[in-house]
Amino acid sequence: MSTAQIEIQLIAALAAMACAIPGVFLVLRKMAMISDAISHSILPGLVVGFFITQDLNSPWLILLAAVTGVLTVVLVEFIQKTRLVKEDTAIGLVFPALFSVGVILIAQNANDVHLDIDAVLLGELAFAPFDRLLVGNLDLGPKSLWVIGSILLLSLSLLILFFKELKMSTFDKGLATSLGFSPLLIHYGLMSVSSVTIVGAFDAVGAVLVVALIIAPAATAYLLTNSLKKMLVLSLLFGVFSALVGYWLAHWLDASIAGSMTSVLGVLFLLVFLFAPKQGVISAIFKEKQQRKEVSLLVFLLHLQNHEDPRERHVNHLQEHINWHRIQAKTVVDLAQKNNLIEIENQVINLSEKGLQFTEEALKYITTNKPTAIEDLKNKFFLFRG
Amino acid sequence: MNVKNEKLAIKIDDLTVAYDYKPVLWDIDLKIPEGVLMAIVGPNGAGKSTLIKAILGIIKPIAGSVKIFGKPYKTQRAKVAYVPQKGTVDWDFPTTALDVVMMGTYGSLGWIKRPGQAQRKSALEALEKVGMLAFKNRQISQLSGGQQQRIFLARALVQNASIYFMDEPFQGVDATTERAIIKILKELRDAGKTLIVVHHDLQTVPEYFNWVTFLNVKGIASGPVKDIFNDDNLTKTYGINYKVAINP
Repeated sequence: MSTAQIEIQLIAALAAMACAIPGVFLVLRKMAMISDAISHSILPGLVVGFFITQDLNSPWLILLAAVTGVLTVVLVEFIQKTRLVKEDTAIGLVFPALFSVGVILIAQNANDVHLDIDAVLLGELAFAPFDRLLVGNLDLGPKSLWVIGSILLLSLSLLILFFKELKMSTFDKGLATSLGFSPLLIHYGLMSVSSVTIVGAFDAVGAVLVVALIIAPAATAYLLTNSLKKMLVLSLLFGVFSALVGYWLAHWLDASIAGSMTSVLGVLFLLVFLFAPKQGVISAIFKEKQQRKEVSLLVFLLHLQNHEDPRERHVNHLQEHINWHRIQAKTVVDLAQKNNLIEIENQVINLSEKGLQFTEEALKYITTNKPTAIEDLKNKFFLFRG
Repeated sequence: MNVKNEKLAIKIDDLTVAYDYKPVLWDIDLKIPEGVLMAIVGPNGAGKSTLIKAILGIIKPIAGSVKIFGKPYKTQRAKVAYVPQKGTVDWDFPTTALDVVMMGTYGSLGWIKRPGQAQRKSALEALEKVGMLAFKNRQISQLSGGQQQRIFLARALVQNASIYFMDEPFQGVDATTERAIIKILKELRDAGKTLIVVHHDLQTVPEYFNWVTFLNVKGIASGPVKDIFNDDNLTKTYGINYKVAINP
């Protein structure tokens, strides 16, 4: 690996991590799309900043662009507060307006400089190592590495310092207010950090893909854990993973690095979405099937308990009466037999001792209708374990 | 009103709250003595929740003043605990029952400082008190409505406040939880705390509460349940004759 390759991967990983932190809170606050708005509307700030500083990595340019980002949030909230339009409409009105101002400014004044629409939309990670930070003759590495590194350090420190405040005001704004914390301050703090991060990562991945770096790691982690801390750690890991794998994927395909990174994030989300152990789509389908089987078993056993007449309990008769498909009926009978809940004599099904106990308890469950009771039942009778 | 020389927990003067041009609370004067378990009753849209939020500074009133033990709320935060309506938070938030209860201690910690063993211990005690200790590590979305309400109550308990505000604590909870909650509220009252509860079920007012405020945008009446919980005030508040409902 060449130094440039390592530097690019490092920049990509730091950018992904820096985006993941505010991303977690934006996703939890159901404000994910505000990051899209910010990432576009910082453009005029960037352009004006560039005219003033003539340096894409100047802290002043980042600050100016971040201010435009916060301004976006203020404008969206202002429009929304008038109740003339809804929030999503307000977002859709504000950011294209600001973005287009940026596009016009670039087209008018910056044709001959190193700032073009392609770079703005998709970033130019591959060129990042060419712009070095030099102190005297000493080469300290790429400028954008320092920029995104400082931003990551800033948001990590703020996260550690204000973790408690962020968590509480995200979960329960009312409580935060009544305890004397200012959710408004925390809100704008988060918006400022998000804006600064987006501006910093913008250089690497551009306006469109930065949104993926913010939302995708958090959304993926959200499906895997019930703890905010773990969600943050997972998001950071997913960010780094996407940067490294994305880089080599781009290398192999000879394609855009930012595009590969976000594709990796997309695939990662899809995999988790499908296969997550608790909340994944497949596990949900399986759980639903399992539940249907459990309910069928209950119906079947209660039917047996209800009918004294052996004719009602004949194997063939059951199929007609409960109106089940042959296969379903067989699964349920097998399950009941495996759990020793029934005995079959001459094609007539009887409840076993255990089956009788079970149905008695089950009736109680049905009459009280408590969800916890069925769990107790399952534990008590070691049911449904294969 | 029947407040004589008792110490006042809350004193509200000329409180008015409006959303846009629509008055939600109009010129409320209210004196709540210390140590009462008080229900706020009134029809939908009467401003019951708004009254609590205005007292707590969550909503800014356009006029009027609120005094808690004779001082503005801002200086009295440590003495006040608030249990919002269950529906105001996102129960899918990635956190556990214990963690939510711990949030009750954040006020005494202030900015930046983290909760430690002492906060954890008092949170566990509160969970035990509401009968939820066994669920301490449960993800909050895995709790039933009644259990979620108990978690909110436990969170208020760890604040160890003098005044408790509760917004419809019995909404959507099972009968067992309702009994458990009211038992704790009565214990708190007997320990000298003041409790203000937005309440919907008029039938249970005499059984649960010893103080009541009738509210319908304007304050109708406030005082001991035995003196003022009558058909006259109910009719004034709800606009229809409540005789049948209360005295069957």
